[in-house]
Amino acid sequence: MNAKAINKISSTTVPLNIENVDTDQIIPARFLKATSRDGFGENLFRDWRYDSNNQPKKDFVLNDPTYKGKILVAAKNFGCGSSREHAAWAIKDAGFDVVVSSFFADIFKNNSLNNFLLPVTVSEAFLEKVFTAIEKDPSTQITVSLQDQTITLDATGDREQFEINDYKKTCLLNGYDDIDFLLSIRGDIEKFETTLA
Amino acid sequence: MAKTLFEKIWDRHVVKTIDGGPSVLYIDKHFIHEVTSPQAFKGLEKRGLPVFRPRQIVATADHNVPTVDQHLPIKEELSRIQVQQLLDNCKKNGIELYGLGHPYQGIVHVIGPELGITQPGMTMVCGDSHTSTHGAFGAIAFGIGTSEVEMVMATQCLLQSKPKLMRINVDGKLNKGVVSKDIILYIIAQISASGATGYFVEYAGSAIRDLSMEARMTICNMSIEMGARGGMIAPDETTFAYIKGRQFAPAGIAWDQALAKWKQLYSDKDAHFDKEIHIDAATIEPMITYGTNPGMGMSVSGHIPAENEIDEKEKPSYLKSLAYMGLEAGSAIKGHPVDYVFIGSCTNSRIEDLRMVASFVKGRKKADNVQVWIVPGSKQVEKQAIEEGIDKVFEEAGFHLRQPGCSACLGMNEDKIPAGKYCISTSNRNFEGRQGPNARTLLASPLTAAVAAITGEVADVREYL
Ligand code: SF4
Repeated sequence: MNAKAINKISSTTVPLNIENVDTDQIIPARFLKATSRDGFGENLFRDWRYDSNNQPKKDFVLNDPTYKGKILVAAKNFGCGSSREHAAWAIKDAGFDVVVSSFFADIFKNNSLNNFLLPVTVSEAFLEKVFTAIEKDPSTQITVSLQDQTITLDATGDREQFEINDYKKTCLLNGYDDIDFLLSIRGDIEKFETTLA
Repeated sequence: MAKTLFEKIWDRHVVKTIDGGPSVLYIDKHFIHEVTSPQAFKGLEKRGLPVFRPRQIVATADHNVPTVDQHLPIKEELSRIQVQQLLDNCKKNGIELYGLGHPYQGIVHVIGPELGITQPGMTMVCGDSHTSTHGAFGAIAFGIGTSEVEMVMATQCLLQSKPKLMRINVDGKLNKGVVSKDIILYIIAQISASGATGYFVEYAGSAIRDLSMEARMTICNMSIEMGARGGMIAPDETTFAYIKGRQFAPAGIAWDQALAKWKQLYSDKDAHFDKEIHIDAATIEPMITYGTNPGMGMSVSGHIPAENEIDEKEKPSYLKSLAYMGLEAGSAIKGHPVDYVFIGSCTNSRIEDLRMVASFVKGRKKADNVQVWIVPGSKQVEKQAIEEGIDKVFEEAGFHLRQPGCSACLGMNEDKIPAGKYCISTSNRNFEGRQGPNARTLLASPLTAAVAAITGEVADVREYL
C-alpha cells in the first residue's frame, strides 16, 4: 500500500466546538512565507494557541493534554475563507488524518482531499452526539472507515454513513493523486485543445 | 435545452467526465503569485515535469510585497526569498511575470481585468480565493489550493465537480450613498457566511446591470465570503466597452469574432437554477460589519443584534466574536471611534474606488485620531491616480498613498493594524487577526471608509452628502 493511502482510522479526538473557523485562524497569513510544505503544524491555530509572548494559552484545546488523537472534531462551516492549502498542511502536519464537521468550506475540502486529510461530513445531530460523548469522556474513541464510508462512536456503536465520490475514494485508498490521473489522459487534453478556437 | 451562463461556459470546457466522479475541466488562464506557487513549482520539479502551457500563466508579486520603497530590496528576509523564488521559477519556465518594478505589477485580481487578460467565456483559476472577481466579465473563475495550482501547471486541467447554481437578482435603484460594496455586504448579511457554500452564483437584475465593471468586480470578489465557489455576471455592452482596446484584448477581426461569441453568454430564459434570491436595491443602506465573519454585517445606522435575537446554538460563537471586537450586543455602531482606515485590496482599490474617496474628501481633512492608508490595486491605478491629481487630494486631506499590493488586507507584509485597534477597511475579510494579531476590522464601502477618515468614527455617509 502507498504510504499516503488512508483507510481505517481509530483514534481519540481533539474537539474544537467553534463555528465558522476560517483558514486565517487555522494558519495566520504571516506564517505563509515558507516555500516548502513542511513544518506548518507548529503554527496551527497560532493565535488561539499562544499569547502575544508566545506562551501557550492553557484554555485552548490543543494545549490540553487531556485531548489528543488523529481526529479533529470541528463545528459548522470549518475551513471557510482563504484558499491557502497551508491550512490543510498545518492540520496534517500536526498529526491529524481526519476532520469531522457538519459543514466544510469547498476549497478547504478539496485541499484536504489533495493532502490525504479526510474531511468527514456528518449530520448536525451526529456531530452533537460526538461532542457530547467527548465532553463526557475525553478518551472517547472514534473509528472512521473510508472503505465503508462510516464513522462510529466505538463505545456506543452509534454510526453514520458519510459521502465521498467514488473517484476520490479510490485515490485516497490507493494513495493516488489527481496529477497522476490527469497525466494519464494528457493525450485527451491535447486533443481537446485543438477544439478550442 | 435551456442553459445557464455557467453551464454554457462549463460545458465548453469539459474534457471528459469520470464515472461517479468529477469532470476534467480545461483552464484557459492561470494567475499565480508568490505565496501559493512555490510548493507547486517544487512539486513539478520533483515529478520531473515541465510547465505544460506556460503562455497561459500570468504571474505577479502582490501578497507579500512592501507598499513603500518598492525600488529597494525587500527588507524582510522570508518575503524577499518568496518573491525571488517567483522570479526564478517564472524565468526558468518561461512564464510572464509582472513583478516589483514592472509597470503592470499589482494585485492579481486587479491586473487581470485592467490588462484585458480577463475575458468573457473563459475558465480562470488562481491560488487565491478572490479569483471570483474575474467572474464579473462572465467567466468561470475560482480560487484553488496549491496542489491544484500544480495540477494546472502540469496539465492545464483540474478535476472539478459541477457546483449547484444560484441566481441572486438585485432589482431597482440604489439609494444615495449606497454603492456596490454595500450590495454585497447586504447579501452576505442576509444569507450568512456559509449561505452559498456548494453553489456558483450568478448576479442579475437591473441594479447589477446599472453598475460599472469595477463595481461589478467588487460584488463578484466577495462571493467567496458567503461560501460560494465563485460569482459571475453575464457580459453586456458595459463589459465589452471596458475590455475594448486593453493591452491583451482581442483586436481587429479577432475582436469581432470574440464579440459574436461573447454575446451568446447569458442564462437562457428557462434555464434552471437550484436556488434563486430576489433583493430590492432600494432596501439597501450603507453597510458595515461588526463581527468576525463577513456575514456579521448591518446598516451603519442600525444596532448590533441583541443577545436574545441570536439562535441559542450560535450564541457562544456570537459572543466570542463580539468579545474579540470589543463591541456590545444590542448597541449602535455609529459614533464608535476608529483608529485606522484602510482603502485597498482586490475588493476596492481600483481607480473608481480612489475617485469615489477623493471626491468625498476633497477640501476636507482627516481626523487627528486616525491613520489613513490608501493602497492602489496596481501600478496602473497608481499612475492614473497621480495623473488625475488624486494623490494631491489625498495629501491635502492627510492621507498616505502607498504603493500597490495586498497590504493590510491580509497583513502579511509590515502593514499590520496593531492589536486592539479598530480599522475601517474596504477589504473583504474581518476574521480574527486578519489585519494583524488582535486587530479589529470593520468592513465597509470606500465611501463609508472615507467618511470615517474625516470624522474619526463610524458615520453614516448619507448625512454628509
Ligand atoms: S487583496 Fe486581499 S483578498 Fe485580494 S488577493 Fe490580496 S490578500 Fe487576497
